[in-house]
Amino acid sequence: MLTREEVLHIARLARLELTEAEIEQYREQLSAVLEYFARLAQVDTSGIPPTASVLPPRSVLRPDEPRPGLTREQLLANAAETEDGQFKVPPVLE
Amino acid sequence: MTWTPFAPLRETLRALQRGEVSSEDVTRAYLERIDALEPQIHAFLSLYPEQAIAQARQADARRARARRHPDEPVPPLLGLPIAVKDVLAVEGMTLTCGSRILEGFVPPYTATSVRRLLDAGVVIVGKTNTDEFAMGSSTENSAYGPTHNPWDLTRVPGGSSGGSAAAVAARMVPAALGTDTGGSVRQPASFTGVSGLKPTYGRISRYGLVAYGSSLDVVGVLAPQVADLWPLFIHMAGFDPKDATSRDAPLPPEPNWEAEPDLRGLRIGLPKEYFVPGMQAEVADAVRAAVQHLANLGADVREISLPHTEYAVPVYYIIAPSEASANLARYDGIRYGPREPASRMWDVYYRTRGRRFGPEVKRRIMLGTYALSAGYYDAYYAQAQKVRTLIKQDFERAFETVDVIAAPVAPTTAFRLGEKVNDPLAMYLEDIFTLPANLAGVPGLAFPVGFDHQGLPIGMQLMGPALAEDLLFRVAHAYQQTTDWHTRIPPVAQGQPA
Repeated sequence: MLTREEVLHIARLARLELTEAEIEQYREQLSAVLEYFARLAQVDTSGIPPTASVLPPRSVLRPDEPRPGLTREQLLANAAETEDGQFKVPPVLE
Repeated sequence: MTWTPFAPLRETLRALQRGEVSSEDVTRAYLERIDALEPQIHAFLSLYPEQAIAQARQADARRARARRHPDEPVPPLLGLPIAVKDVLAVEGMTLTCGSRILEGFVPPYTATSVRRLLDAGVVIVGKTNTDEFAMGSSTENSAYGPTHNPWDLTRVPGGSSGGSAAAVAARMVPAALGTDTGGSVRQPASFTGVSGLKPTYGRISRYGLVAYGSSLDVVGVLAPQVADLWPLFIHMAGFDPKDATSRDAPLPPEPNWEAEPDLRGLRIGLPKEYFVPGMQAEVADAVRAAVQHLANLGADVREISLPHTEYAVPVYYIIAPSEASANLARYDGIRYGPREPASRMWDVYYRTRGRRFGPEVKRRIMLGTYALSAGYYDAYYAQAQKVRTLIKQDFERAFETVDVIAAPVAPTTAFRLGEKVNDPLAMYLEDIFTLPANLAGVPGLAFPVGFDHQGLPIGMQLMGPALAEDLLFRVAHAYQQTTDWHTRIPPVAQGQPA
């Protein structure tokens, strides 16, 4: 069973504000899911390599040549707040 | 004019090509059906009727011009209306991913898959409903309300491509794009009685597809008949320099749709792990009957084993949420869409993400964050990646002795709205039969093979080796040439303008 502190720790890592009701709900639900996942430990995987991608490995490097991209206006068009052609955010340090 | 919106896609294309019907008439006919059915079904998150009619008129003008100048090339899908799942970017159309965190977001570019279809001449009528960021199996996780199954409006259409599946089932469009990370094309196709293709991983570019589980996501397509999936699939497929995970492989040859249905020499494997206690007996029976039908067409059917199938749920629900927790880190209230106001930067992150992501997305982000966090990485994420290798090897071994694998798509037919929303584990277990193909990266093709006693559609899927989509099409088409499940139309959709 996850503890309340563990749920808060995960939420903090993931930058998620949770309500009191959510903390308790996720504690129960995530615990049930993780308990079910425990069966994975039964599988003998010694000597088995991990699969990060099903694709055959190949180089995807290309020459570093400039290409046309999106304009500054396009990139800023969906921002919550902008100023002088920049993303604007509240203070990070006080 | 004999054309109706109930006509299969390839017949509509032929009628357009022969000038028997205009794109404007076709597009208007589907828009009328959308008007009539959308209030009950809620398949769409956005509709662009004026834009679609303008596009259709341009298509008609282009065709008229080509008739006067026969050397002018005519795009192969010119004037064909389709719908696009709202996780694919289309420049100028909102892209919400079913989430309030992307409310009002309008992408400045178009996904490669959609771009290629637009170049081939399609008309886009709207964006379809989806579980938030494609995370779900019922479309109930959309922040904009669930889609209803046209066969029974009190039931889910499946998910996450439930809007596309419902729209196709109700013949509101001749075909629609979906995406399949863990079954999100095949399961809704099965629940709504239509056909759906999950291509080989990497076959279609993911550029412009909002990332959920990057090592699993594929763009797919839904239409009533499997042969009607082909034109959209083949025009989207192929290498894209903008997606480093797209495959540089030759396109498969088009099957001969007119050939006699003959499956002699084809070896079909029936995995015993896909027929388990607890699944709906009618589903197992319908799939076995469909496989017997394929045997009657000449196929050699044998039982096979995919021994690690039972681990697909934990493997998928560790890997996909882990990838999601990284992919969704970009939604920070700064670059995309709205922000929850706060006086300090950190609070912008916490509030925007905490208040604008829905419950399932937060659940998966937390699950993934946990699986990747210090102290748990080896037990969860690393172990899941290793078991993924074993699941992939199960398929490789199976394809040494059979050409295709036939299996149910889901353990049950469509469940009731609300039935599983409070039990995430029960919802995850619903995906057991679709997850393995994604984990192994192989193609899957779902199509209807019957109905249960409540009149709900039952689907079967064929899975094949990587890049063998054409083989799946050939087998499923032989089935549909000799059965008529795919021609059934939900009662709610029958009396509407046609």
